[in-house]
Amino acid sequence: MIELENVAYSYGGGELLSDLSIKLAPGSFHFLTGPSGAGKSTFLKLCYAALMPTAGQVRLFGADARAMDRDAIALVRRRVGVVHQDCQFLDHLPLIENVALPLTVSGKDVAREETNLKDLLHWVGLTNRASALPPELSGGERQRAALARAVIMAPDVVLADEPTGNIDWEMSQRLLQLLIELNRMGKTIMVATHDLALIRAAKAQVQARVLRISNRRLQLAGADL
Amino acid sequence: MSDISGLIQSDVSADRVVPPAGFTVRLTLFSAGAMAFLAVFALALSLAAGRLASQWGNELARSSTLRISAPAEQMDTQVAAALRVLETTPGIESARALDAAEQQALLEPWFGPDLPVEALPVPRLIEILETGAGYDASGLRLRLQGEVPGAVLDDHTRWRRPLVSAASRLRMLGWLSILLIGGALAAMVTLAANAALAANAQVIAVLRLVGATDTYIARAFVRRFTLRATTGAAVGALIGLLGVWLLPAADDAGSFLTGLGFSGWHWGLPVLIPPLAGVTAFLATRAAAARVLRGLA
Ligand SMILES: Nc1ncnc2c1ncn2[C@@H]1O[C@H](COP(=O)(O)OP(=O)(O)OP(=O)(O)O)[C@@H](O)[C@H]1O
Ligand SMILES: [Mg+2]
Repeated sequence: MIELENVAYSYGGGELLSDLSIKLAPGSFHFLTGPSGAGKSTFLKLCYAALMPTAGQVRLFGADARAMDRDAIALVRRRVGVVHQDCQFLDHLPLIENVALPLTVSGKDVAREETNLKDLLHWVGLTNRASALPPELSGGERQRAALARAVIMAPDVVLADEPTGNIDWEMSQRLLQLLIELNRMGKTIMVATHDLALIRAAKAQVQARVLRISNRRLQLAGADL
Repeated sequence: MSDISGLIQSDVSADRVVPPAGFTVRLTLFSAGAMAFLAVFALALSLAAGRLASQWGNELARSSTLRISAPAEQMDTQVAAALRVLETTPGIESARALDAAEQQALLEPWFGPDLPVEALPVPRLIEILETGAGYDASGLRLRLQGEVPGAVLDDHTRWRRPLVSAASRLRMLGWLSILLIGGALAAMVTLAANAALAANAQVIAVLRLVGATDTYIARAFVRRFTLRATTGAAVGALIGLLGVWLLPAADDAGSFLTGLGFSGWHWGLPVLIPPLAGVTAFLATRAAAARVLRGLA
């Protein structure tokens, strides 16, 4: 599904990530932890072809990321739902249209997905904010909207970068439930987070692996979590 | 062309993903309008110059005059001699001596209706109509010199040629102006589209994140600029047409300025200006979008 082989990345200075190799098998659930600035967001960006490795190879759905043209990358993005750390929206469109944006840009009939869309908004508790513009939303509301947008296309893979950074425990539990549900439907999930309690809660319900980036390397975290 | 019809039919939702544009689109509307207005006048100029060139070319070139000045008693023999020469000159379709009444009519504006033409030593005029191929004027002059000493051939070429070539030059300048106007419109739309794309870099990043292809992103911009350019050009062309229509028409005077309009089906040509402006904007925006989107890695 997503495979990294001896991948290194540097933003121009020294190497931030070195010699990463990992396979995200279909239906797997991964957490990604590590100190701030370790490169978690960078790692996720490599996984959806927002960045290209400076060494090694990233394979997305079997194809070498570096060999893809921009149309191919666009198609990959439709199969990978991304929750960005700084949740980006189109500020001139109401929340419901932002959540539906992946459908819109891939030429799907948004009207036919109406119930799906409503259910999803209900699930993330944003039904009454559907017509609000993104700048009017709180940080937590934005993160819930970003998650809703990431899963609206029923993607094969969901990559979430600190999806629970700005929301309370109860809401983060609900987000986790949604991710677990998606995982049970066979989706591949990877969540970058500092929230150890969230990881523990997840491990109680699904088989989740915990990866840790430290000293530029990727390690499997111990069972001590 | 199928691109363009697809563009117009395409889902309006694609249009919504790019924020309602501000000044760039108004700028396009205005420049397309101004350019279309100018194009109408350049078109009118070219067509009028073209009409004049062919009119002068045809009318003046096909006819010339032989003027015979001779003592009264030799006049008739010289005229007869001249007609004989003209009849045997290749390239001359017909030659005809004007009779007294016609000569009188020609002189009337200057001397009044009571002029006794017969009594005055005015030259006699022979009107020559040439064939399409024309005759050799200098050869004819030589022959006339020998046989009809009082004959002067006035073949109008002395003043006709510069007029006709001036009119053709004017027509060329008119078409060149239209090309330049099209180029200027393309340049302005390119600048406006670049500005719009740059102002929306953040929007483009979000669209890419959720899987929009470059074609999709470009289409939102291309559609907008094409529609605005077409609308602006339609308004500008309409105002320009109104201006041309309101020009005083005095066809009798036949002067160049009063002839500066459209005639017959030529009135239909300015209808082409808005769609051409649309095509220009379409191509310019598509090129700009392709370039900018390639640059925004
Ligand atoms: N576009 C960029 N250009 C240069 N350096 C960058 C860029 N983006 C990130 N960095 C640097 O790379 C390092 C890793 O950034 P990254 O965002 O991947 O960290 P992170 O693990 O996600 O941190 P956090 O937990 O704070 O989100 C940081 O030191 C950051 O300053
Ligand atoms: Mg980060």
